[in-house]
Amino acid sequence: MAIAAPSKKRRRKIGKTSWGTYAILTVLMVLFLFPVYYLIVGSFEPVDQALNGFHAAVPSHLSFANYSTLNAAFFSNTITGSLKGFYTVSTLVSFIVVGGGLVVNSLAGYGLARLQFRGRRQLLLLVIVLVIIPFEAIAIPLYYMLSGLRNSLIVQALPFIGSAFSIYLFYTFFLALPPQLEEAAKIDGAGPWRTFVQIILPNAKPAFASVAILSFIQIWSSYLWPLLTTSQPNYYPLSVAIGNLVKQQASPNYGEMFAFGVLLVVPMAIFFIVFQRWFIRSVASLAVKG
Amino acid sequence: MLVPGIGLIIAFMLVPFFFSIWLSMHVVLVGSNIPARSVGGMFYSHMFSDPIFRQIFFRSLENNAIFAAVVVPAQTAIAMYLAILVNREGAFVKFCRTTFFLPVVFPMVLTSLIWRAILAPGPGGMLNAFLKLITFNHFTPQYWLGNVHLALPSIIVLSIWQGAGFQMVIFLAGLQGIPSTHYEAAQIDGANKWQLFRDVTFPGLRNTTIFVVMVTTIFSLRVFDQVYLLTSGGPLNATSSIMYLAVSQAYDQNNVGQGAALSVVLCFIILMLSLVQRQVLRERVD
Repeated sequence: MAIAAPSKKRRRKIGKTSWGTYAILTVLMVLFLFPVYYLIVGSFEPVDQALNGFHAAVPSHLSFANYSTLNAAFFSNTITGSLKGFYTVSTLVSFIVVGGGLVVNSLAGYGLARLQFRGRRQLLLLVIVLVIIPFEAIAIPLYYMLSGLRNSLIVQALPFIGSAFSIYLFYTFFLALPPQLEEAAKIDGAGPWRTFVQIILPNAKPAFASVAILSFIQIWSSYLWPLLTTSQPNYYPLSVAIGNLVKQQASPNYGEMFAFGVLLVVPMAIFFIVFQRWFIRSVASLAVKG
Repeated sequence: MLVPGIGLIIAFMLVPFFFSIWLSMHVVLVGSNIPARSVGGMFYSHMFSDPIFRQIFFRSLENNAIFAAVVVPAQTAIAMYLAILVNREGAFVKFCRTTFFLPVVFPMVLTSLIWRAILAPGPGGMLNAFLKLITFNHFTPQYWLGNVHLALPSIIVLSIWQGAGFQMVIFLAGLQGIPSTHYEAAQIDGANKWQLFRDVTFPGLRNTTIFVVMVTTIFSLRVFDQVYLLTSGGPLNATSSIMYLAVSQAYDQNNVGQGAALSVVLCFIILMLSLVQRQVLRERVD
């Protein structure tokens, strides 16, 4: 967990950056960035331009037409659902999963790391085994179990609030905290709850940030589960609404589709740009999980 | 303290895990009151003996295996190379680092959307236009996602584009953990760039590499979104995966038992692979 941000002193250990390295970096950068560039430019192009070979990559005929079409769809409430509805669902579900998850998983992680009770080792083993099982592998039995709750917000959030993975991340973090921190509180007669709130929480900000970011990326991107559990457009999250556009077999309006895609990624992209250091740090923290 | 978190993971992970075994031996229908009917191992024998289903099942297994066999080494190597490239200072390098990581925050739905346009058939498709340009008009436009031989490679390429940045960051963290004294010692011995990589960097990244390989292998077995969105497993099952097959059985055809049986197979493969990899990890660390 305690992996430092790239420190300046340690960088650049392998020789000088040669022109060759810069050339390779540039080529790779263009390859990685091009699809993103195409998405953005294409979202401003009319239907006959967005899919027109290289002409599509040259910014011409640009207009906000696709966005104003989407804007009109934002407040309309038709049988195909409204953009505002998709945003609301995605935002609420993410909020429930990230917020609820931070509370229950940090408590469980702390309990595993510090409380002494019978069956602690077995419980820890259970958490580790559940980390390995990916959600996809249990999606179908879960779909059947929760089929009575289909088309609701809660069904989209429920399976993701408790997370073996988050519990394990919290557990490793709390385990690494020096026990001296809590000893003073213990002498004062504080129970585990008060110790957790007063002593642990202020010292665990990096762990909370990592778990929040990782679970936000996961829930905002999730597609399989909302696909299985929603059939009414007013319960679609953004991912399912866009997925329906991508999946349709007839030639779609690529310009509009791109604009829709931009709207999906904008909240995440803003988050990413503001908290970039934290995003990268939270992914890097996974390296010690092995 | 532990009750809410542990309770939730038991209810929504452990219970469905065991429930899938029960479900795979019963015929049930979503949205009906007809009681479940026990059929024993029928859904399992179906996978191995039904002439049509057997073919789809083995094709999906094979596709998962090909996907893993290409994506695991390719993405690990690319991510390691990117990490070494961006493990230095400078504004431009920092910008590149951000660029390589950016697709990680892209939902697979969005990645599929962009690549559907890039891989579009005919001269209007971006990839076709690009290949035509660099071959001076000698290239015939391909129907990337509709061609039996090109569909799976296309899915593989877009998956690597989306996932490489994630592994790159993990490798970067690994690189930070290699003491610079190791490099200095090797340089004093007159090691060249390749020798530095072979004798210092690669051994230093050993545990990180094992971890990345583990994560990417399991990721390869989970493939669903891009297949469902872009090819529906086609053409002629050329891109079908176990997860795609399971969902199309359970969800599209309301054949939940068969879908559950496929989930059990998937769980079994993943647990077996994890056990093997954990064993390898333990040996290597000792």
